[in-house]
Amino acid sequence: MQLICVDELHKSFGDLEVLKGVSFSVKEGEVVAIIGRSGSGKSTLLRVLNGLESFGDGIVNIDGKRVSGLKADLIPLRLKVGMVFQQFNLFPHLTAGENVMLAPKVVKKESREHVTELAMEMLERVGLADKFNAYPDQLSGGQQQRVAIARALAMRPKVLLCDEITSALDPELVDEVLEVVQRLAADGMTLIMVTHEMRFAREVGDTLIFMHQGKVHEMGAPEELFTRPQTPELASFVKSVL
Amino acid sequence: MIQFTLWDIVSHLLIGMGWTVGLSFAAFILGSTAGMVMLFARISPNPLLRQLAKIYIEFFQGTPLLMQLFLLFFGLALMGIDISALATALIGLTLFTSAYLAEIWRGCVESLPFGQWEASASLAMNRWQQMRYVIIPQAVRISLPPTVGFSVQVVKGTAVTSIIGFMEITKTGTMIANATFKPMLVYGLVAIGYFLICFPLSAFARRVERRSYATYMR
Ligand SMILES: Nc1ncnc2c1ncn2[C@@H]1O[C@H](COP(=O)(O)OP(=O)(O)O)[C@@H](O)[C@H]1O
Ligand SMILES: [Mg+2]
Repeated sequence: MQLICVDELHKSFGDLEVLKGVSFSVKEGEVVAIIGRSGSGKSTLLRVLNGLESFGDGIVNIDGKRVSGLKADLIPLRLKVGMVFQQFNLFPHLTAGENVMLAPKVVKKESREHVTELAMEMLERVGLADKFNAYPDQLSGGQQQRVAIARALAMRPKVLLCDEITSALDPELVDEVLEVVQRLAADGMTLIMVTHEMRFAREVGDTLIFMHQGKVHEMGAPEELFTRPQTPELASFVKSVL
Repeated sequence: MIQFTLWDIVSHLLIGMGWTVGLSFAAFILGSTAGMVMLFARISPNPLLRQLAKIYIEFFQGTPLLMQLFLLFFGLALMGIDISALATALIGLTLFTSAYLAEIWRGCVESLPFGQWEASASLAMNRWQQMRYVIIPQAVRISLPPTVGFSVQVVKGTAVTSIIGFMEITKTGTMIANATFKPMLVYGLVAIGYFLICFPLSAFARRVERRSYATYMR
């Protein structure tokens, strides 16, 4: 079943058209990796899916509901679409556990006992059960990012968007985060990942999307695209990053 | 002619000082409350609300407190509203305080990384929840030193209310100085009175500043 359907999506910032007719769809449980040069519109695309950016022409359907751009529809949309950011964006005044508990508690009005249990479960899932009471500034970058993943998962989203979630990390911390994502993928989570980790895109992704100048330039099985790029743009991109 | 002993002078000044402290305290509490409302208006998504708050704040920051008190005092009288010097002083200082605090706090809110807004939004929080659980708790921490620092300005601002006849410490001092012909002694004591109120406040402001450096990220 199609969970996400994007059709001829256009988005401009003032005179600058950033998305120029993007179309693709994502099935439930599918893992989509998005690659492309800086400025090709990858972040903007993810932000549209989460309602952080409005868009112009085109149709975006998520879980059978058309994304309207109406303010009243934002909350229901974001309940289905979780997001993890490059800069973690943990709440620094809250412990790891409280970071995870906050939204289930105040948005979903779940009971204190339930959210405590939930937070414990989610932190366990990212391998940080022992950091429940640690503040973000007491955690490494990799640990902070894993808490951010747990925080997004605690809302039980239908799809998780990850925007270059390892790009701000020291190289030795990248793998612990990728391992968590890989486990999520194996558990059947629907994922859309913008990433510079080509090995990861190739091994974990079901589908690879190559964005170029605001368009889906190539899309298909990762192995296929990496070994036999159909366009010179992808070929040169692959060469530049490998 | 009545003879004033030093104790007479001091005891009268102490009463005036009590009024200064009381007025400062009340204006600060009421001004904080009103300031919180102005802050929400100032950073509201509604442009009309934002603009109105901006005009309000700029009016009170851009005109002398004395002018504001005159406008209030004579304006209300013109409208036939009979109001005491105390009430005028309190209303005037409250409005003044609310405008400054709203602007101080806006600076604190806007100094937080935008990622805090985005992360909380992506977790399906509405604007109120973002403010209540993510933005305000962090903003309060960084706003503590400048807010306490501003309370000193409120105390000093109360001196201006002597002009409209409110019997705080400066007005009391003026009357005693006129009666005793000892302005240096009396105003010296008045200055000491202000210092006794303000010094602990600024010392406290410095302490919270140091402390909030220590726990900067939390
Ligand atoms: N808020 C914004 N205002 C104006 N231009 C923006 C904004 N966000 C992104 N852009 C521009 O849109 C283009 C695509 O950006 P982005 O989606 O971040 O690309 P990517 O994530 O692929 O690097 C860039 O040229 C960028 O400068
Ligand atoms: Mg980007």
